Amino acid sequence: MLEISGVAKAFGGFQALIGVSLRVEPGEIAAIIGPNGAGKSTLFNVITGHLVPDAGRINLKGRDITGLPPHAICRLGLARSFQRTNIFPRLSVFDNVQVAILSHEGRAQEMWSRARDLGRERTMAILEDVGLAGRAAEASGSLSYGDQKQLELGIALALEPEMLLLDEPTAGMSPQETRSSMALVARIARDRRLTLLFTEHDMGVVFSVAQRIRVLHQGRIIAEGAPDEVRRNDEVKRVYLGKH
Amino acid sequence: MERRLVVRAVAGVALLAVPLVLPQFYLLLSVEILIMGLFAIGFNVLMGYAGMVSFGHAAFFGVGAYTCGLLLKKTEAPFVVAFLAAPVVAVVVAAVIGYFCVRLTRIYFSMLTLAFSQIVWATAHKWYSLTGGDNGLVGVPIPAWLIGPRAFYGFVAGVSLIVVAVLWRIMEAPFGRTLLAIRENAERAEFVGINVKRTQLTAFALSGAVSGLAGGMFALFTRGAFPEYAFWTKSAEVLIMTLLGGPHVFLGPALGAGILIVLNSVVTSYTEYWPIVLGIILLALIYVFPGGMTRMFLGWRGAGRPAGATRA
Repeated sequence: MLEISGVAKAFGGFQALIGVSLRVEPGEIAAIIGPNGAGKSTLFNVITGHLVPDAGRINLKGRDITGLPPHAICRLGLARSFQRTNIFPRLSVFDNVQVAILSHEGRAQEMWSRARDLGRERTMAILEDVGLAGRAAEASGSLSYGDQKQLELGIALALEPEMLLLDEPTAGMSPQETRSSMALVARIARDRRLTLLFTEHDMGVVFSVAQRIRVLHQGRIIAEGAPDEVRRNDEVKRVYLGKH
Repeated sequence: MERRLVVRAVAGVALLAVPLVLPQFYLLLSVEILIMGLFAIGFNVLMGYAGMVSFGHAAFFGVGAYTCGLLLKKTEAPFVVAFLAAPVVAVVVAAVIGYFCVRLTRIYFSMLTLAFSQIVWATAHKWYSLTGGDNGLVGVPIPAWLIGPRAFYGFVAGVSLIVVAVLWRIMEAPFGRTLLAIRENAERAEFVGINVKRTQLTAFALSGAVSGLAGGMFALFTRGAFPEYAFWTKSAEVLIMTLLGGPHVFLGPALGAGILIVLNSVVTSYTEYWPIVLGIILLALIYVFPGGMTRMFLGWRGAGRPAGATRA
């Protein structure tokens, strides 16, 4: 599904990513873990077109997407959520998801149809999925932090992606919110046969959900494998788990 | 739904018909309000919907005015052609200027629009052989059926009504929602697959077209076109009207145009110190009525609802 080879990115003199390569198979639930500053968000920004890598190639479904703008990559079936919530704050919860659906259906530029009821059923179905159907008319900016994260997930799902990138989906959530949120994500990924790649630094979350884990440390992938293998890896213990 | 639409249409036409019974002075004032109101509504497609504040919209108003004026004065072009050429030429100019401007954001976007508009102004100001330079283009002929304040008012009211209805429809279509999404969060919009720059450019051109049409009507109204039409103070005027009326309500800018023009007319009949009054209005606007007059009338709850700009 996604293949990254030799990707490097520097900011000024700081090497955020150094020759990162990884491969995510269709239907896989994969995680990238690593301490803060390891380069997780940079890697996501490079994959989704927000940043252009200094070197390396990124292939999505066998197609080279290196250097494409974000909206073009999104249209190829890759959706993402952000580490800090990233919604349309003064639009209603309904409008947040509806605008994504309109865009996905290629109707974002239509000038003569009436937007009000377009895609209403699909929008409500997605809001149902992420547990926000009862709050469709509210201003999205007034939702709680956890609900805004759910809404972000809803926006991403509205794009009917084949692959979903979640950047620290549970950052800032309470342990209880974290558990229910990850259960929801895992259920949706299974139901929709999504390929899922997410970053986390909460180890509990990762080991319970992910099938395969990569450990990113100072811009390099230092370990890769099933959760148990990674847990036993000595270098991972040293740079990461040892801190706990 | 259908009934509400009919009620609205009837109310709109009735409101537009009122000035026809007013004395000539007020009728002409109403013409000015309608034209500037249309200009402000067009300007607000960018400001209120797309969240892009142009400091140079007078450029398109001026281009429309000169296009219409020049064609009528210097060529044999029929009236309809000359009049419709105003928005057409304005849309081309707006597309070229917009192409560069949408690459920038916030204040840099605003400053670039200002720079381009000053180029348009300087061209009109200095190109004596074509535009008449600082003397302006005077003596633009208009067809016989347009002569007389009532006829002219009827023409402007009819055109404005059609253009506003079309613009409302576009703003209520997915395109309008897409603009709101871009205004709220351009980065997120890009990540739901919206081509942000292209959408912004379309809005820029649309806004320029409406401004050019308003400029064309203004040239017919004053029987001439002058460099001031493209000067930055004109851009400031339309910005103030929009803020005064309220950028988050579709018709708000037109209300702002009405208030500003009526106030100007009243105040200048008593004193020459209009700029002082204007300054006080701006202070009041910023400290007492943020969100504009429509927000005050509609109440905070009504005008501040999530889909802000989707109110008539």
